[in-house]
Amino acid sequence: MIQTGKMAWNAVCANKLRTFLTMLGIIIGVAALIILVSIADGAGNSVSSQISEMGSNYLSVRISDNKENPLKLTEFSELFDEEVFLSSAPVGRTSATGKSGYSSSSINIYGTSGGYFSVMGMELYAGRLLKKTDLENHSYVIVISYDTAVEYFGRGDAVGETLSLDGKSFQVAGVLSKDAASPSSAMSVRSSEDTSETVSLEGYIPYSTLSRIADNVLEINQFYVSSENEESMDEAELRLEEILLKRFGNDEDAFSIQNQSEIMEAMAEVDHTMSLMLGGIAAISLLVGGIGIMNIMLVSVTERTREIGIRKAIGAGQSSIMFQFLLEALIVSLAGCLAGIGCSWCGLKVIGAIMGSSIQVAMNGKVALLSVLFSGVIGIVFGLYPAKKAAKKKPIDALRYSG
Amino acid sequence: MIKLQEVSKIYEMGDDRVYALDHANMEIREGEFVSIVGPSGSGKSTMMNIIGCLDTADEGSYILDGISIERYSEKELAKIRNQKIGFIFQNFNLLPRLTAEENVELPLIYQKLSLQERKHRVREAMEQVELSQRMKHRPTELSGGQQQRVAIARALVTKPSLFLADEPTGNLDSRTGQEIMELFHNLHEAGNTIVLITHDRQVAEEAERKIHIRDGKVREVEVG
Repeated sequence: MIQTGKMAWNAVCANKLRTFLTMLGIIIGVAALIILVSIADGAGNSVSSQISEMGSNYLSVRISDNKENPLKLTEFSELFDEEVFLSSAPVGRTSATGKSGYSSSSINIYGTSGGYFSVMGMELYAGRLLKKTDLENHSYVIVISYDTAVEYFGRGDAVGETLSLDGKSFQVAGVLSKDAASPSSAMSVRSSEDTSETVSLEGYIPYSTLSRIADNVLEINQFYVSSENEESMDEAELRLEEILLKRFGNDEDAFSIQNQSEIMEAMAEVDHTMSLMLGGIAAISLLVGGIGIMNIMLVSVTERTREIGIRKAIGAGQSSIMFQFLLEALIVSLAGCLAGIGCSWCGLKVIGAIMGSSIQVAMNGKVALLSVLFSGVIGIVFGLYPAKKAAKKKPIDALRYSG
Repeated sequence: MIKLQEVSKIYEMGDDRVYALDHANMEIREGEFVSIVGPSGSGKSTMMNIIGCLDTADEGSYILDGISIERYSEKELAKIRNQKIGFIFQNFNLLPRLTAEENVELPLIYQKLSLQERKHRVREAMEQVELSQRMKHRPTELSGGQQQRVAIARALVTKPSLFLADEPTGNLDSRTGQEIMELFHNLHEAGNTIVLITHDRQVAEEAERKIHIRDGKVREVEVG
């Protein structure tokens, strides 16, 4: 066994360039498999972690057809004033040019109510959140994110400052804490604080005020409802559907409810499919590498016909010859696989360095193990035919061979 | 020890049947030194292949050590070649990538002997052919005579009951050829059976007994 291994190793080493070129197919296949699947995994993980950061115990509702009976702000709070809902908030969105004494730039404005911050799990850094009275009085107050405060006022504690939105003055009532992630910023891959990527500026004003200053926001088209915890989500979703059906005259198409965990599941599904697809493509290149091995093994068997004859004459049985050639194919495929794992490790390091901390790319151990198994199977499957061909040669014919 | 009874080897050439061996009868006893002589194409190589279990007869029976070869499977034939027969070829047939030592060791690997036992027997065989100083050399680094000595060492390392030599001096100059023949005489004196296949009458003279073969038939047996 050890001797056969040594003989196979010597045979593989005898033609270094040829062996390397044959291995290259496997090296590229394995490296592609590991790198692609690891990147897909990394991207998927970072997106899911950002979604889960936003909390997963709220429902998002979109009203697509209001049957000329739009949902009004006045009825909103009454409609969802039930125990099963922890809080609820309408959301309208526009963008404006924000100006302060220091700078002027575009800002995303959300019109909402105080419930929004509780739904999204946002916490205050300074000041206060939106109040019921702000909505009733159409107050010109704004709650801004920490980054926005820094952008316009150069510091986090900007409470009491005045921010002008498209010429209208809003008083900063509160500043959110640094790690409060909004749906829009979380959906896009968020830059870390030490990178120079631009951060999105966000401000929250009373919904009633937004419908006054923005032409496109009149009735409520979108709102969020949160439940006590993740366990009571299903109950909340059922109750919400009941309320909305009643409100829109049993028309199921008038609205759509999206569960945050459904989004997570859908993301996971997409990610899984993506990994499978990329893995499949890489596996095909591994297969091509296997054909390369078979090709070169067939050449090797023909070239070494005389050697096979000599070995048989001095007593090698079919099984010894077959085992030797099979082992050679296996050595080439497994050595190629190990080199491929090495290459992918280096490749992932480089990609990780380029991507920074936005996507965590780490080698997927399972995929590496899978590639070793796959390469082994490829080595055996594609080595089997040439090895059989070698073993079946008649000693007398093999000895006579002079090519 | 060796008995060929009405052995034929037939090749089909289109519609023709060509007899490479035509009902050949022959007997070689243990400890004999026999040469099989005949011109090119006479069937002596076919005879050697059958005696050496590299090929099987189409008709008749070949008995080696009292057992009919026809009954053996390919696997068992490989075992017989390994344990009972030592081949020496005209063109040496050494594996170029292996050293002299490794070439000699090869049949012992197929016998699955321990490393220690193998090393011991290889050294013994190399000493017997006076090449113990050239153990680590590859065939290309050896002269023709030395290569043939390595081949003889490879044949005798398994302590076979029969040495089968096919034109062993064919590729060597007469002086080296004589040295190789000397080795065969030594092996014979040690009690080994030797079958020498040659077309060279002078080489054939060295044997105790000559078997002439022509057109696939054993024509004459001559005591030297």
